[in-house]
Order: sequence, then structure tokens, then C-alpha cells
Amino acid sequence: MRATRPFASLALSALILTVLVAFWQIASSSGASQTGPVDAEYAALVGAAAAAGGQSPFPSPAEVGTRMLEHLADPFYVRGTNDQGIGIQLAYSLGRVLAGYALAALLAIPLGFAIGMSPLMYGALNPFIQVLRPISPLAWMPLALYTIRDSGASSIFVIFICSIWPMLLNTAFGVASVRREWLNVARTLECGRLRTALHVILPAAAPTIMTGMRISIGIAWLVIVAAEMLVGGTGIGYFVWNQWNNLSLADIITAILVIGIVGMTLDQALAVATRAVAYQD
Amino acid sequence: MGVFDDPFDPKARPWSCPCGRHASFAAHAAALACETVTDPEPRGAEALADRIVETAVTRAVFGTEARRRAFVGLVGRAAAAAALGAVFPLGRAKEAFAETPRRIEKRDLKVGFIPITCATPIIMAHPMGFYARHGLNVEVIRTAGWAVIRDRAINREYDAAHMLSPMPLAITLGAGSAPIPWTMPAVENINGQAITLAMRHRDRRDPKDWRGFRFAVPFDFSMHNYLLRYYVAEAGLDPDRDIQIRAVPPPEMVANLRADNIDGFLGPDPFNQRAVYDGVGFIHLLTKDLWDGHPCCAFAISREMIREAPGTYHALLRAIVEATAYSSNPANRREVAAAIAPQNYLNQPQTVVEQVLTGSFADGLGRVQRVPNRIDFDPFPWHSMAIWILTQMKRWGQIRGDIDYAQIAEQVFLATDTAQAMRELGLSPPATAKRTHVIMGRAFDPADPEGYLASFAIRRG
Repeated sequence: MRATRPFASLALSALILTVLVAFWQIASSSGASQTGPVDAEYAALVGAAAAAGGQSPFPSPAEVGTRMLEHLADPFYVRGTNDQGIGIQLAYSLGRVLAGYALAALLAIPLGFAIGMSPLMYGALNPFIQVLRPISPLAWMPLALYTIRDSGASSIFVIFICSIWPMLLNTAFGVASVRREWLNVARTLECGRLRTALHVILPAAAPTIMTGMRISIGIAWLVIVAAEMLVGGTGIGYFVWNQWNNLSLADIITAILVIGIVGMTLDQALAVATRAVAYQD
Repeated sequence: MGVFDDPFDPKARPWSCPCGRHASFAAHAAALACETVTDPEPRGAEALADRIVETAVTRAVFGTEARRRAFVGLVGRAAAAAALGAVFPLGRAKEAFAETPRRIEKRDLKVGFIPITCATPIIMAHPMGFYARHGLNVEVIRTAGWAVIRDRAINREYDAAHMLSPMPLAITLGAGSAPIPWTMPAVENINGQAITLAMRHRDRRDPKDWRGFRFAVPFDFSMHNYLLRYYVAEAGLDPDRDIQIRAVPPPEMVANLRADNIDGFLGPDPFNQRAVYDGVGFIHLLTKDLWDGHPCCAFAISREMIREAPGTYHALLRAIVEATAYSSNPANRREVAAAIAPQNYLNQPQTVVEQVLTGSFADGLGRVQRVPNRIDFDPFPWHSMAIWILTQMKRWGQIRGDIDYAQIAEQVFLATDTAQAMRELGLSPPATAKRTHVIMGRAFDPADPEGYLASFAIRRG
């Protein structure tokens, strides 16, 4: 890639955003519908669009912006069990994601190491991994609810089960593909197995492991929204479900943007960590 | 006359106030809003318990308010009490009543609900203080769907829950889940559902023309499913072959209707009204026109919970029955709508909830209809309703083999407990738990469920 001027790309981004928002504004305001004569009493009982004989339109950028400001102005309120601010819902979701993800990392990285270092283990576990990996994590949800008998723990389990595979496979792959020369050098220097693992294999496989962790956190964040929509209670996914319940698209769009920004932040944090362990051959 | 009033006073206040301490229901409601006392202690708990027994006995003996007044007015207070005491062991009844456990074992409870107007009594009992009045600290938790509420209730994450009235039967029988003894001590709402069709079907109102339609119902084990199947089967369509029925969570029904994924739904309110509000569909018919007084949602609790905490169960049931009676009064419906519409409960525009509860609603076709009993609230769990539900479960192959209809009904629908709670609150429950229901002009006799089942041409198995 040729060197680009950062200002130019930034300006282009801003231009694309402006065009999209302008298009959205025009599209959402042009939904004028056929008007049938409706009496005033009836009109008072239905939404403005239904009174005019149409369907409620998609919210305009201005409406969404207003809702977004309202949410962001007071993100941490608690007005009862079922009515809490968007910031609190985000905190619940992040808590679940980090718990499930940490558990997965604790299991996947040592296990991946074992698989990568031993062709026997790799052969034995590979069929299980290949069958379990493509299962949509949400398919686990009814099973988890039935066996764990706790909806909060079930959500964490679903995060765990979906974020374990990329870490496991990447760790195994990274460990298995450490250059033979390096291992031979270690053997020549009479390093013990543990020392070889910690001082030769781990640094060599670290970038691959980190890539696996980065993929995992992305998947975990994708899945938590769906899991919370299914189980309800708390979390940003529940917030989306709840606003869907009220058919409030402006709130849903707000939540979508917030989910995107948080996901990007998580991904960038791991990208920084990946760069920290990168090396040049 | 309230439960705490002297039944031997011919001028005692009328029955309209559930606690008997106010002249009218309006005064009762007004006092309720600022009242913090949970027990009317100043008058002495024992004296009150005695009053409750006296009231219950006089009510049983005289039957109607007019007869009681006439008799007591005629012979005088003391003579009336003595006369009654001669034929009924009042003193012993008072002792027996005082012995029943009134200790509340567990005060902090979690009750799950689905955000629909069917759950009105369970929900409004929270903001309007009915749980607190009975000494309970209840947290009402909105839940995402019927399968989830069932699993969370089974897992004891909830102490009690809002369920569809066929669900406790299904859970007890093990249809769709492992069999666990479940109970239903109170019906929440009667009527209050509707068939909503997409706008483009406004000229296809005859169910005979519905071949190929795709419908949504909230759950397989729901009155909605059974009523929709019944309705189309009466029109000659086989609900399994000629139309498609899918279980879709209520909030998603309107979104699906809008996206043309379904042609209509038989669903709970406020979503029928919400479809009208958003110009997506129109109300084809109210389920009260299929079966006036049909049960819908219920207050359900596990048998285990009742055994472990009988005092809590008793207080909770009384709170629910009282909240149901309050919700049933048309004069309170607007106030109830305002209490349950906010984000913490239903999360719907207030006008939508109000139209459902008051029965003055836009039908989606440009008319304002006035149907005051569009939805009503009546806690009494008729065993005959349970038997009807069981016949439909069998009709559509959800359960197989021989079942003892009456026994299961009695085991799950706790009519005796409901009746007791109603009596304690000064309401008058029916004397028996079985009656003939009329569904689309066809009478259902609870004494002959198998004969009823055999009378349907369209059925599975």
C-alpha cells in the first residue's frame, strides 16, 4: 500500500458519513402517504402515520440524534429492575464478556499448547474440535439453561464456548509451527522442556495466540448481544430487545452504534497487545 | 361490605371496598396511594381474624347482601349473632382460622412477567403497592419469552411467574419439558386477545379464504394456539395442513407483520393495538367473540414453593387476587394503564395500553369500537377451563393416551385456595369449580371431555 495522507482519508470518511446521513434524512422524510379522511377521535388513538393511512416511518437522523443525546446525558440511572441506563446495561454486558472470555483463555491457551506440542493429542482432540467449533453458540443456550439452571451463568457459558475455539486453534497452530531450527538450537543448548516452552515456543507463538484472542473477543462481543436478547434481564442485548418490544427504532439505532464503538475499542485494545508481542524474523 | 366490617350491622358499608375500611372503592384506592401500614393493627389482629370468620359464615349463610341486611335488620344484631351461633360453631371456626399459618417465611420475592397487558395484576401490584400491603417485597422482572420464563421458574430463579394458563398443565404433564408438579392458583385475565391481520387482507375477513396464511401465536402451549386452531377448524380448515402456525414472541409479531413474514397473528395485547397504532394491521376479531370469558394468562407457582413457604404463598395469592379485583373495576382502568405503561413495566405508549384496558379502541379500519369487556380480570381458576385446555392438547396431539382430566385440573388449578383468598378479601367466589362453557356457539360439558373431543371432525390422533 502506498503511503496515504491521513488528512485526505479523514476528510473522505467525513464526506461519506455526510452523504449517508443526508440520504437517510431525505429517505425518511419523503414517506408521505395517501391521506384518507379519518375522524379526530380515531386519529387521537393511533400514531400520526396510521391516522394518515400509512405505516409508522423509519426514524430520521434528527430523531435518532435526540434519543442518543438523551441516553448519553444520563447513562447510569436506575429507575427500577427493568429500567436502567444504557451505561449500566453496557457494564453488565462487558462484565459477562470478560468473565466468559477470561475463562476461555485460561482453558484454551494451556490446552492449545498441549495440542500443539503433541501430534498424538492433536489427532485425538481434533475430531471433537472440528465438530464443536462450527456450532452456533446460541444453540448451546437451551442446553446451558437446562443444565446450569442460572441464566446469568448460562450467558457466560455461551461466551466461553464461542470464544474458546479461535484461541485454542490459533495457539495449537502457533505452537506447532514454531521453526524447527529454533527448537533444535534449544535442544543443542540442552534446555529443559519447560524452559523451551516458556522461552522459545511462547515468544515465537505469541503473535499467533494474540491473533486468536483478538478473533475471540470479536466473536464474544457479537454473541453477547444475541444471548442477552434471548435471555433478557440486563445487558445491552436486552436493551435492544426491550426497545424492539416497543418498536422504538431510534433507540435500537443508538444501541447499534454504541455496540459498534465498544466492539471496536475491545478489538483495538487487543491489536495494541498484538503489536507488543510482534517480532521480525 | 368489607371483610373487616361487622356482618351483624345492617347498615354495614357495601362490598365495593376490598378491605372494608372505606366507603367506596374510590376512597379505598385514594387511601391506598399514601398508605404505608401493611396490617390494620390498631383494631387488633385477633379481632380482625374473628371478623373475617363471621363475615365468611354470614356470607355463606345468607348468600346475598340484601338478604343479610334484611335478616339482621329484622331481628337485631345480638339476636342475629346468637341465631347464627346456634346453627354454626362460630367459636370453633374462629379458633381454627386463627391456627392457620400466617407467618411469612420469605419476604423478598422475584416474580417474572412477560410485558403484555394480560399480566396487568401481577405488574400493577408492584407500582400500586398491593404486594407491600401484604408484607411482601416483590421484584417484578420482565422476561424475554415463554420458554425462558418457564426455564427460569423451573430453575427457581423466580419464586412465582406469569405464565399462559396451559403452561402449568403442560409442565405438570411433562409436555415440552420434564414433568414437575406445577400449580396455577389464579387466572390473571379473561378475554383480551385478538386476531390481527395485515392491512392487505382487509377484504378477506372470512376464515374460509385463509388457506395458505401464515399465523403467529405466542407459544405452543397457549390459549392463543388453541383458539386459533379452533376458529379455523370451525371454518373447515385444518390448522396443521391448510395454514401455517408459528410460535413467535409477542413483540416480534408486529415486526414480522410489517415485514410480510406473516399474514396475521392471534396474540396478546398490547401488540394487537400496537399493530393498529403503527398502521401495520387491523383487528379482525376479539377473542371474546369466540369464547366470552376464556382464560388467558395465569399466576403460576411450583408445588414445591407452596410446600416450603405456605405463608408467603398465602400472602402472595391474596395480593394477586386483590390486584386482580382492582384491575377488574372499569373505573380504575385508566389509572392502571398509566401505572404499567412506563419503561419499567410494559414500555409502550400509554394510549395503546389505555385503549386495550378501557375497551375504547381504534380497530385499524377507521372505526372507534367500544367494547368495555375487551379484557377483564377474574382470578377464579375454573376446573372446567383446565379440562377444556386438556381436551385441546389432546386434540392437537400435544399429549397422548388416557388422562384423568378432572384429577389433573384439580391438582393444577387451585380453585379452593383462590376461593379462600377471594372470601378473605370480601369477594364472592363461585360455589363450584366446574361449569359449562360455550365456545363459538358449541357447549362444552366438563363432565364428558372424551365425548367433546370425539365431536370434532378435524383433530390429530
